[in-house]
Amino acid sequence: MFDSNTLNPHRSDKFLLITLRGFSALAGITTVLILLFLIAESFPVFQKFGLLVFFIDSSWYPREQLFNLVPMMTASLLAATCAVLLAAPLGIFSGVFCNYYAPPKLAWIYRRLIELIAGVPSVVYGFWGLVVLVPLILNIRPPGASLLAGILVLALMIFPTMALASDSIFHSFPKEQLNGASALGFSRWRTIFSLILPSVKRNLLAALSLQIGRALGETMAVLMVCGNVVQLPKSFFDPVRTLTANMALEMSYATGSHRSALFVSGLILVLLIIFLVLSAEFLQRRIQND
Amino acid sequence: MIRPAATYFERLMTFLVWSISLLLIATLIFIIFQMVGPGLSTIHWRYLFLEPENSGRAGGISSILVSTLLIVGVCLLFAVPIGVGTAIWLSEFSDPTRFFGKNIRRSLDVLSGIPSIVFGLFGNAFFCQYLGLGFSILSGGLTLACMVLPILIRSTEIGLSSIPTNYRLPGAALGMSKFSLLRNIILPLATPGIVVGLILGIGRAMAETAALIFTSGYVDRFPTSIMDSGRSLSIHIYDLTMNVPGGEPNAYQSVFVILVLLFFLNTLTMFLADQLVGRRVTAI
Repeated sequence: MFDSNTLNPHRSDKFLLITLRGFSALAGITTVLILLFLIAESFPVFQKFGLLVFFIDSSWYPREQLFNLVPMMTASLLAATCAVLLAAPLGIFSGVFCNYYAPPKLAWIYRRLIELIAGVPSVVYGFWGLVVLVPLILNIRPPGASLLAGILVLALMIFPTMALASDSIFHSFPKEQLNGASALGFSRWRTIFSLILPSVKRNLLAALSLQIGRALGETMAVLMVCGNVVQLPKSFFDPVRTLTANMALEMSYATGSHRSALFVSGLILVLLIIFLVLSAEFLQRRIQND
Repeated sequence: MIRPAATYFERLMTFLVWSISLLLIATLIFIIFQMVGPGLSTIHWRYLFLEPENSGRAGGISSILVSTLLIVGVCLLFAVPIGVGTAIWLSEFSDPTRFFGKNIRRSLDVLSGIPSIVFGLFGNAFFCQYLGLGFSILSGGLTLACMVLPILIRSTEIGLSSIPTNYRLPGAALGMSKFSLLRNIILPLATPGIVVGLILGIGRAMAETAALIFTSGYVDRFPTSIMDSGRSLSIHIYDLTMNVPGGEPNAYQSVFVILVLLFFLNTLTMFLADQLVGRRVTAI
């Protein structure tokens, strides 16, 4: 808009542009700074033990210099993918409900409620899991605090955001095409299933990958309901410890290589999330190109 | 627009969509009632004005509310100028096809996906240790500032993009400087977007736990300065449920307080976004 500087050579503008550019650089560099610090803090343990120890060590006993992260990575990935697989279809259903089934007033109220619920802090979900869900699961099969509890609490947390995302995706679907489908005599579900869903597939996938990132990074709720035993789960009722819970539990007393190993798990998490964000961006770019 | 249901399959799908959506929202509302109920029936206004005693089992949360307020204040003090400045630069001056503009956007996308516990690790390594700020309200606020930056930027950008180009052309034609164009025309019109971002940011900062445990710390005394460690409300809830046996009744009361505060903030955001910006703005 205001690209040409030649037409208004005000001195205040030069100052303004420099300031704004400085602020932007600062905002942009935050991510780089976070990555740099994660790498710098993980470096000592890489230097001392190499990369492989995090996968082949016999267990996680940081005091005895054993740093196997595989059980915790497995727990994180399992909990996040199961939760998103559970929450995503439900979120998509409620997006469909808001846009194509509910009367406008009800849809308005529904959206407002979902937005309110999306703001509930994770520590409250964790508290609910601890006082309501864990005792329920304990009745079915002890110990209660388990992978299953983590998956359910995560799914509850992911559902509102997935519903909001799919709601806005369906909302931006062109209305003319709906009229076309209606003129062709398509029924409601046929329109949704054969016309709308295939054409917003990639948008939904992009939203999905961002939600997996959110589920992977969730800490407090998972920490409060999963039981935090470092092990490969044999069933959904086994207690597990996720990467994020491990960081939150051990950072307060970790020193030396142990602290460094915790930063390694942070680094792994961030690299996974960068991958997810970039694949969402890639999907969205392909949508624009089509 | 879309014709009504006819076949059995159509009816089944209509039934499924309605029942799944309504059942889910009912479950979530039920959960919230379960959380709010016990606190609502036991809380007394004195709870807000007493200091916590016996690790929070008795007394109130006055010092914790003050710490929370200070942490959020520090966070906004740093995040608002940087966030608003970046948003203005991105939407008014930057060229999204050039290296600088493109990569700042990409970096902000990644930043908004970084988990809060990683912000905690970073804050601990950078603010607490590298800059030597220790476990303090300042470190916690700065860590949260990094976290809410993407939210602030996005909603300010939405506010800016809702201003029609027509409003900018006359000023440019009159030879106004960009500075005065910004100050006199664009910023006043973009204020609602900025305010919405601000409230969303406050909500996000207040709800945060994992980023604060290793930056602002656990101490539940009254903070005397921003260099003191201070416990936020969400950390207080976490501590009462996980580390303090018998802390549950007071945890319920704190949950009640935080939910009321957050619902108030979120309703305010929705109202402002609807009335003033005319677009939906969410934290996600």
